[in-house]
Amino acid sequence: MSTPRTYQTEAIVIKKTKLKEADRILTLYTPHLGKIQAVARGVRRPRSKLSGHLELITHSLVSLARGRNLDTVTGGQTITSFLTVKNDLWLTSCALYVTELVNQFTADHIENEGLFRLLLETMKQLCQAGDKELTLRYFELHLLHKVGYQPQLRKCVACRAQLKPTTNSFSPNLGGMLCPDCSPNQPTSYPVSVNAQKVLRLFQNSDDSVIDRLKIDAGLSREIESVMSRYIQYLLEREVKSAAWLDALREETRRATAG
Amino acid sequence: MNDNLTPDKDAINQLIHEFNKLPGIGPKSAQRVTYFLMRASEEEARLLAEAIFSLKQNIRLCSVCCNVTESDPCPTCRNDGRERSQICIVEQPQDILALEHTGIYKGLYHVLHGAISPTEGVGADDVRIRELLDRLQDDSVKEVILATNTTLEGEQTALYLNRLIAPLGIRVTRLARGLPFGTELEYADDVTLTRAIEGRQEF
Repeated sequence: MSTPRTYQTEAIVIKKTKLKEADRILTLYTPHLGKIQAVARGVRRPRSKLSGHLELITHSLVSLARGRNLDTVTGGQTITSFLTVKNDLWLTSCALYVTELVNQFTADHIENEGLFRLLLETMKQLCQAGDKELTLRYFELHLLHKVGYQPQLRKCVACRAQLKPTTNSFSPNLGGMLCPDCSPNQPTSYPVSVNAQKVLRLFQNSDDSVIDRLKIDAGLSREIESVMSRYIQYLLEREVKSAAWLDALREETRRATAG
Repeated sequence: MNDNLTPDKDAINQLIHEFNKLPGIGPKSAQRVTYFLMRASEEEARLLAEAIFSLKQNIRLCSVCCNVTESDPCPTCRNDGRERSQICIVEQPQDILALEHTGIYKGLYHVLHGAISPTEGVGADDVRIRELLDRLQDDSVKEVILATNTTLEGEQTALYLNRLIAPLGIRVTRLARGLPFGTELEYADDVTLTRAIEGRQEF
């Protein structure tokens, strides 16, 4: 049986690259086809019927035609446009960070429906009120789980002992926490406070309704952010580009509220 | 064909190699252009070569608006007939051509040479925002019109600029975002339609 020439899928646009005069190569994240790349022709012209449905961080129903190399987008209909996110600088930046992580942690054509649902839920979370830093941390932890890098937060990854409620260390290369006895042997590990460990464990074992119930102060939020970003950077072996922009925005906001 | 991948250093191959670097020109197009030039008159080839050379020799960025120009400041910035209290912010020099073609805008411009794109590593310091803020230091500017693209990057740049400029007490406006002329409503996307409804005007 031959595969049909055209197909339709739900997708979230996670990356776009310019191609030729008016075309784009889109990177789409789909529930059943994983990450796919497709050419969208003419979408950079103002009269393109499709461009609005194929902008970054848009959840659309996309029709594609199989091509020799890349598939071509033949149709698109927005399911959710996440307008709230797009109207806000900070939320847009958060959403771009999320899409960049998904793009970096996935390979083409590998189905991961759980990750698609997580991505979609995270975008919806960003549209709602609340602490977006927590939304990002929750996303990071569950993303790592879904792509096979779930950090071990309950037992020491060296001696397997149950961790005690004290300042333990996190080792990026071992992918988990170390007890105070084992951490001196791992020079790349860094300390994590008791409260930060509690939040991380809570996130790991809860659904996303926990984000709204939790309130944490700025210092703790920064600590968790740093723990996660160092681990992510270790796994990707490179900087997450949009993280630098998030940092710049955080810094500006901090200066604005202080001054 | 050559077995090695490095092009021969003879004139034809070198020119093909150079054309091949241009956007939208693949190896076959590069060959076609090269063989066309080989058959063209010497005069034609010289004009092309001179045009390319003078592009690099004479074109620079206007010290005021960052547009590409042969004279500094550029003719638009020097033109006393233009409204000096308005600055229209665009992403690239080509956008000015499109706006000038309408003939309706009489103010000044500022070219950012890009848009903020965090995932591509383009931050606020990589586009010409500092030059813009310097221009806004004196009180002559009353309105800044954000004419960045309606892509996510353009929107984000506009939001960021608004955050920087609005506290200076300058009026910040954004080009209307709605339905393009000559299109059909049924094909419009949610974002465009939402904004078209929000931005509707008295008839």
